[in-house]
Amino acid sequence: MSNDTATDDASAEAVVTEEQSLDEPVARLVHPRAIRWLHWINFPLLMIMIWSGLRIYWAEDVYALGIGSWQWFVFFPDAVYETFELDRRLARGMAFHFTFGWLFAINGAIYAAYLLATKEWRHILPDRHAAREAKDVVLHDLHIKKKMPPQGKYNAAQRISYTAVLVMALIIVVSGFAIYKPTQLYPLPLLFGGYQGARLVHFWMTIGLGLFFLVHVLQVIRSGWGNFRSMVTGYVIERNSADVETDASKGGPA
Amino acid sequence: MSEPNDLTREQELRAQLEDSPTIPVSEFKRRSRRSFLVGAAGAGAVVVGWRWLQDSPVDDGIPQPLRNTLEFNEAVWSNLSEGRSAPEHPVSKATPIQVNGRIGIRNEIDLDDWTVRVEGPDGELLDELDLSTFEALPQRDMIIEHKCIEGWSSIVHWGGARFSDFHARYADQVGDVPYVGFETPDGLYYVGWDMPSAMHPQTMLALRQGAEPLDLDHGAPLRLATPNKYGIKCLKRIGVIRYARERPADYWAERSYDWYAGL
Repeated sequence: MSNDTATDDASAEAVVTEEQSLDEPVARLVHPRAIRWLHWINFPLLMIMIWSGLRIYWAEDVYALGIGSWQWFVFFPDAVYETFELDRRLARGMAFHFTFGWLFAINGAIYAAYLLATKEWRHILPDRHAAREAKDVVLHDLHIKKKMPPQGKYNAAQRISYTAVLVMALIIVVSGFAIYKPTQLYPLPLLFGGYQGARLVHFWMTIGLGLFFLVHVLQVIRSGWGNFRSMVTGYVIERNSADVETDASKGGPA
Repeated sequence: MSEPNDLTREQELRAQLEDSPTIPVSEFKRRSRRSFLVGAAGAGAVVVGWRWLQDSPVDDGIPQPLRNTLEFNEAVWSNLSEGRSAPEHPVSKATPIQVNGRIGIRNEIDLDDWTVRVEGPDGELLDELDLSTFEALPQRDMIIEHKCIEGWSSIVHWGGARFSDFHARYADQVGDVPYVGFETPDGLYYVGWDMPSAMHPQTMLALRQGAEPLDLDHGAPLRLATPNKYGIKCLKRIGVIRYARERPADYWAERSYDWYAGL
């Protein structure tokens, strides 16, 4: 991650635009440094939280998909616990969860504050065309439609999924605190219908973030190197100023 | 959508990007190299940090730094907890509680012969009490959500005496002791409590579940009950109550769990 400052970037721009021919490629800043750091710090923290959280869940693994007494999928089969060493480790799971939980929550809070303060949220929040355009993005990604709908920094499907992730992250932190200190933070558990309700919500938000993570990684792979690189360096290469080719636009939501 | 509208939309979206600065590709390459080096160093630091944590000396079953954060958490939350109580529920919500642990209550017991030893912080015997003492204390009912550290919970109707009312008998003798420990008669199960948690009005020396005396599996004749700590702290079949100046030993804290275990 580079040590450039916004002023450096701005002055570099002033020099370039004067001399730049239409065909000369330039690199455009798409991910500010703070976003890059917060994104990459979040990654190991989220992994540690899911891993230690599943060690806690193991001790009372009561959730399943199904209707009534018919269970289609039970969270989780023994093979899953054994493969990832999640079984019989409740105490260690709690120790990790209640250590790294602080870092996860603080990193998320800084991220939210940054989005609000810099108005970066305007790139992420879906606008009124988002639902229709997101459908077209999905059809495009499934190779049913040729043309991608127009987009800014992120396409409509990205906006919707990134916003959903932020909402899920907020819910997972709040429900986590409700389970962690139900008396001291009372009436927080009531937001989720009580202590067990908070536990259920916390679990499903974990599943939601886990699914997002899988799709996210898949889409980054589909989008290619330039997209991945932009979250490390901050920049994407543009062929010329009239053709804003963010690598993301080739792949869809990353 | 007609064609001109799509164009407007495209321009509008493109304009959102055009605020952000551009740099020449040569400059980009220089910065890119630096960014990847910083990224690699960061990834390396994460790996080293993780291994350092895993290889740290172990304190009661978990790496020392994690034990330290559990104590940090205790300091944070025990300061906040003053005056906070868990909600209490109507009797109609109460359900029988499952039997989860039998450590310390597996031996035969003659309930008519049972007594509890009360010991001071220097190990001196303050009292040896039978059940009548606890029955003579002010009785109350408490319908609370009992929470097991495993994740299940159930709303239980406990009846008995507040620990604080019991403690009043010895307050002058033991002074400002910071801790109190509890032990089963066979000494196999033992828990440590900080005094502020023990003195909480919802910390109960329970004699009854519902209207009935406790049965053996639930800790007859006398057990601890609270909605404000996990069930691991709610020792069944109390044999010894021991005031202490140091943290009393705690069965599950010795097995990797948090000593405070407060909710």
